[in-house]
Amino acid sequence: MSEKIGVYVCHCGTNIAGTVDVKGVAEWAAEHLKHRGVVIGREYKFMCSSLGQELVEKDIKELGLTRVIVAACSPHLHEKTFRTACKNAGLNPYLCEMVSIREQVSWVHTDKVAATEKSKAAISGGVERVIHNEPLEPIQVPIHADTLVVGGGIAGIQAALEIADAGYHVCLVEREPSIGGHMAQFDKTFPTLDCAACILTPKMVEIGSHPNITLLTWSEVEKVDGYVGNFKATIRKKASYVNTDTCTGCGICWEKCPKKVVDDVYEAGLGIRKAIYRPFAQAVPKYPVMDVENCTYFKNGKCKACQLFCPTEPNSINFEQKDEILEIQAGNIILATGYDLFDAKRIPQYGYGKLPNVFTSLEFERMCNAAGPTEGRVVLRDMKTAPKSVVIVHCVGSRDENYNKYCSSICCMQSLKFAHLVMERTGAEVYNCYIDIRTPSKDYEEFYKRVLEEGGHFIRGKVAEVTDSARLPEEEGKLIVQVEDTLIGKQRRIPVDMVILSAGIEPRHDAKEVGKLFGIACGASGWYTEKHPKLDPVATMTEGIYIAGCVQGPKDIPASVAQGAAAAARVLGKIQQGVIALEPIKASINETQCSGCRICNGLCPFNAIAFIEDDKVSSINPALCQGCGTCVAACPAGAISGTGFSDQQIIAQIDGLLLKNLEEPVAA
Amino acid sequence: MTNNTFEPTIIGFTCNWCSYRAADLAGTSRMKYAPNVRLIRMMCSGRLDPTFVLRALSGGADGVMITGCHPGECHYIEQNYKALRRFLLLRRVLTGLGIEPERVKLVWASAAEGARFASETTMFVEEIRKLGPLNWGKSSDQSTDNWSPITDNSPKEALA
Repeated sequence: MSEKIGVYVCHCGTNIAGTVDVKGVAEWAAEHLKHRGVVIGREYKFMCSSLGQELVEKDIKELGLTRVIVAACSPHLHEKTFRTACKNAGLNPYLCEMVSIREQVSWVHTDKVAATEKSKAAISGGVERVIHNEPLEPIQVPIHADTLVVGGGIAGIQAALEIADAGYHVCLVEREPSIGGHMAQFDKTFPTLDCAACILTPKMVEIGSHPNITLLTWSEVEKVDGYVGNFKATIRKKASYVNTDTCTGCGICWEKCPKKVVDDVYEAGLGIRKAIYRPFAQAVPKYPVMDVENCTYFKNGKCKACQLFCPTEPNSINFEQKDEILEIQAGNIILATGYDLFDAKRIPQYGYGKLPNVFTSLEFERMCNAAGPTEGRVVLRDMKTAPKSVVIVHCVGSRDENYNKYCSSICCMQSLKFAHLVMERTGAEVYNCYIDIRTPSKDYEEFYKRVLEEGGHFIRGKVAEVTDSARLPEEEGKLIVQVEDTLIGKQRRIPVDMVILSAGIEPRHDAKEVGKLFGIACGASGWYTEKHPKLDPVATMTEGIYIAGCVQGPKDIPASVAQGAAAAARVLGKIQQGVIALEPIKASINETQCSGCRICNGLCPFNAIAFIEDDKVSSINPALCQGCGTCVAACPAGAISGTGFSDQQIIAQIDGLLLKNLEEPVAA
Repeated sequence: MTNNTFEPTIIGFTCNWCSYRAADLAGTSRMKYAPNVRLIRMMCSGRLDPTFVLRALSGGADGVMITGCHPGECHYIEQNYKALRRFLLLRRVLTGLGIEPERVKLVWASAAEGARFASETTMFVEEIRKLGPLNWGKSSDQSTDNWSPITDNSPKEALA
């Protein structure tokens, strides 16, 4: 055995040492795996500390180690750390392997003896495997300096502006006719009560006019190819039937359009728009789009009022316009596609959709908005009567085993804001029915105090039912909210004029499909999974794809802006590097062994394997190979090898894990 | 064959992107499960050469657990379907060899499913415990002490 292997076992404080006999394991490795090339077995309190790393580096230099095994946490955490240490000491980093004895042993097992034995087996497997590791060099690929930002809400806007201001080109893709996202629908923002439009629209205008930003609204990403540094996105720019080169956004077309449509998106169903429309006055871009499903001309071939009255020369309305398919090159992608509001109809006992004066939070936002359907007046569904009493129901669809288990995090503050606005605008009595009030951010608790001082009533209890069937004379004609006030231990029936359901937020209905498109995963609640929940909240498991805003989990505007900026900073860092090092995990074909059977050709989902007619053998394009290894496993001639995960490495690891390599084999 | 003191040895082949991370998550969340499974990380369940399973079973493992991304969620688009095909074929081969096909199990577990990974592992250990030891490779004609390490030049046929 010509290899000299060093085995290092980490205590991780008591994280590992509490369950595994670390010293015993290190000694065992040095003694029982000596004949397999292990020359040193050490243990250390924290291998990842600089002193721990120095230990490895010193041994490589002084003992001439040719292979290193670190038995510690998951390789996803510290593989890079130890590979870098090896590199610093002059050893090829790919000759170092990590063995997970924390996540896979000490944290999940309680039996100390069994955990210690499993650790020994894991190290034995690692030692056998590392013998077959080959020195590898990371693959350097250049990074395209353009960035694709998907989603034009506040998080996407912030990310796009940060990158564009730094001097790099951004393509911002938005599904709706205008950017702005949910924030554009709001009237006031907590806790400062800033007007949402006043702080958002300048940023929207900046996006629309920025020389480094290509804005594609009414567009969707259909396909993403490539990898970090070199993504190619296929984008469908839906036909708007408006020629934006000539359109001035004057608004005559939608004034003249005879077809009124309930606006379910921007006005949350509370207002109307036309079949050709711009969702709101400050929309960016300013051009309208045609809603084909509702347009009279598209339905029965007659009308064309918009075209008739369009004052531009040449006419800006083009009924012949077709969807455009665009291809965009990008080095990095930021996903900021936001959230959907919880559908309050799913909780039938709250009466939304049946009882007219039950409103959702988004409807109430539109009602408060001076540019909304009621011009800022808080009124009942008849659109004229001001309510004299209002109940705000917290946690609708959130913190509820039947719907979403998580806290939507924004609803408490949103409800407090609603309470303030109702009192300010109508003087009505306001009751907040809550489970807990959660106001953990800066100035939030102070806002809660303020609403309390303003006279808002707070009832601690989850609302059981909202009904219109009166039991008492004073309940006639009212909505009755049935709730247990848990602080006084009594059931209450509160007759009011209006109920606002503070609906929670949910992942986009198509989040899973979109995630698949970009190669990122959703967690159990459906939000996209970040690379690390604490230390890497905007990166994902897929290199070059970042997430910002509510796609990652419920959050308010300041947090969304912070994530947008953070994702932009990460992307800018990558662009500045110019090149990125990719793991050299690729498959390759030994042409002398290849029989030309072509079994592998059809197995590759990336079309990386081509059959060379002249030589009658298959060949792998390393630029397209993603390293999954399916072809390696399938080749009947054993002609394909996968670097980093070769047959020899895996088979050796199997034998090692089964302790076949011991001189006196133990009963496994 | 049932023996209460029998502790099965199981080799697990896990996908780097989903189930290996599920195992990480089970660890981070301190979920407890049976210590009988020893994991091998691969980039994808599609990397699983069925001969790996035979190597493990003939080398002393009592069961093999293969874990991959849920159908439709493969990091490499669709390679877990190839693992599924091989798994189904492999079970037939095992039946032909006189080995209970239940000794090989395929589990889908996403990176978020630490709890699923833990419970499936414990469940599988109990299933294997019921089946009893496999004892392949421990029979008289194939003693374990003539084991020789594989070399980088080992012909592929010898690997299985």
